[in-house]
Amino acid sequence: MTWVGRSVRGLVLLAFAVFFLVPLWALLDLSTKQVVTGGRTGAHWKALVENEQMRSAIITSLELAVLTVVLMLVLLLPTMIWVRLRVPRANRLVEFLCLLPLTVPPLVIVVGINGVYSWVNYFLGGSPLTLTFVYVVLVLPFAYRALDASLSAIDVTTLAEAARSLGAGWFTVIARVVAPNMLSGVLSAAFIGVALVLGEYTFSSLMHFDTLPVTIVLLGKSDTGASMAAALATMLLTALLLVALSLLDRRRSERN
Amino acid sequence: MATQPITLAEPVEDTPRQARRGYAGALPVLGLLPFLAYIVVFMVIPTINVAVGAFRDNDGAFTSDNVSGLFDATMLHTLWNSVVVSGVSAVLGGVLGVVLASIIVAAPATSLLRRMVMAIASVFAQFGGVNLAFAFIATVGAQGVLTVWLRGHGGFDLYGNGWLYGVWGLVLVYLYFQIPLMVVVFIPALEGLKPQWREAAVSLGASRRQYLTGVAVPLLRPAFLGSVLLLFANAFAAYATAAALVSQGQIILPLMIRAGLTSEVLLGRQHLAYAIALEMIVVVAIVMTAYALLLRRAARWLR
Repeated sequence: MTWVGRSVRGLVLLAFAVFFLVPLWALLDLSTKQVVTGGRTGAHWKALVENEQMRSAIITSLELAVLTVVLMLVLLLPTMIWVRLRVPRANRLVEFLCLLPLTVPPLVIVVGINGVYSWVNYFLGGSPLTLTFVYVVLVLPFAYRALDASLSAIDVTTLAEAARSLGAGWFTVIARVVAPNMLSGVLSAAFIGVALVLGEYTFSSLMHFDTLPVTIVLLGKSDTGASMAAALATMLLTALLLVALSLLDRRRSERN
Repeated sequence: MATQPITLAEPVEDTPRQARRGYAGALPVLGLLPFLAYIVVFMVIPTINVAVGAFRDNDGAFTSDNVSGLFDATMLHTLWNSVVVSGVSAVLGGVLGVVLASIIVAAPATSLLRRMVMAIASVFAQFGGVNLAFAFIATVGAQGVLTVWLRGHGGFDLYGNGWLYGVWGLVLVYLYFQIPLMVVVFIPALEGLKPQWREAAVSLGASRRQYLTGVAVPLLRPAFLGSVLLLFANAFAAYATAAALVSQGQIILPLMIRAGLTSEVLLGRQHLAYAIALEMIVVVAIVMTAYALLLRRAARWLR
């Protein structure tokens, strides 16, 4: 390559880097800035744990993340293994249903979910944690892909036949034989689930629950610094989870 | 179609349980029930609810007012804004994404640059939402870092009359996740270009330009168009980023839905929100169908 081509390439990459990094740097700058004196302060970051509203929102979002991942795994993992082993002709149907949330936007679901949630609230009360149910739908396509990839990488039928011939019941086959062999897929699904739930705003804001993103917007006017700190913290945590995810993926593809 | 063909298709491992053969067809299907029931309750019913609600008034009687309300001047203008935001951010994001993707595909597969850009792109493609809106407010908002810096260096007023909170601001912010998404979805297509095709073209006397216009571009066109459609649908349905950025007013359809659901702007016409949501399903469904068709065409060559 000529030096002209090389430097054009370098300049283009630099322009991309500026576009993508400056907003993050701006968040860091404003979240550590003392408004009055213009000096540096860690007060906004401390507010993440000290501000009552912010702290309870963070706890709610973390609880939602855990509950969503658990419910998603309980619902999806046995179903997918079962389909592989016993009802292969339903494979396309399950895949279609799992990927459907990509074409039906969350905003549409939130418009139509009133009726369903009046029942949920009737049985479980109006806790923010009931958001778990819709969040499972939200993470379904991503979780499905992660689990499907790791399920395809192992010989499910042979594992199941071996376990069955040794007298294992179907529950043992799914929970104690096949699932432990899909650890990387389960972790991937969990990571992407947590990342999505921590940033989720559509459902929580329109259903009036105070999750972390809702509170970030709420405090955006009165305590901008803390909002910026929370926004940056969420982005960094998300990035960390997703990088861990790509490392898992790479390890899996190297092994195959 | 009921049990018999299914029992015939059952693998031989079923012989020990031959006594229960009568159940063998139906019983395993029951295992899918919890999953199916869940999907029906939390996805299918709400969607049907939207489709039905679009044709109901507040008393539950049938009406076509909501849907015809989609065609009044304000709503059409909002739809147009939505199309502009999604369309411009998809095309710009698509072109810029291809530029970035082709730069990093030219680097060897094991190079640090390539692996880093790939990892970063897949992370940034997920960055839409409240946090992104705040990142841009922090950069080019009224008190943003870049705004303040430019004001101090030459007195340039970057903030202007608040363009960040209008259509073009949304385009800029959306590019932040559209470009990485394009990189992620387009790199497989670029990697599918076999070096043999280039060698074949060159050995037949093609110049670099001829190879690009005669071979590479036609091969990549369906993948490119398909990816741009995916980006369009992605932006068209996005809510959180716009909602956090634009707290007042409803310049695009998703914000119009918010107004219908929460405020008094559309008082007495809450069902208009159902109609807008239905409009959204229709647009996204059309776009995604075209995407799937193009993807199938792209897959014919690039695998």
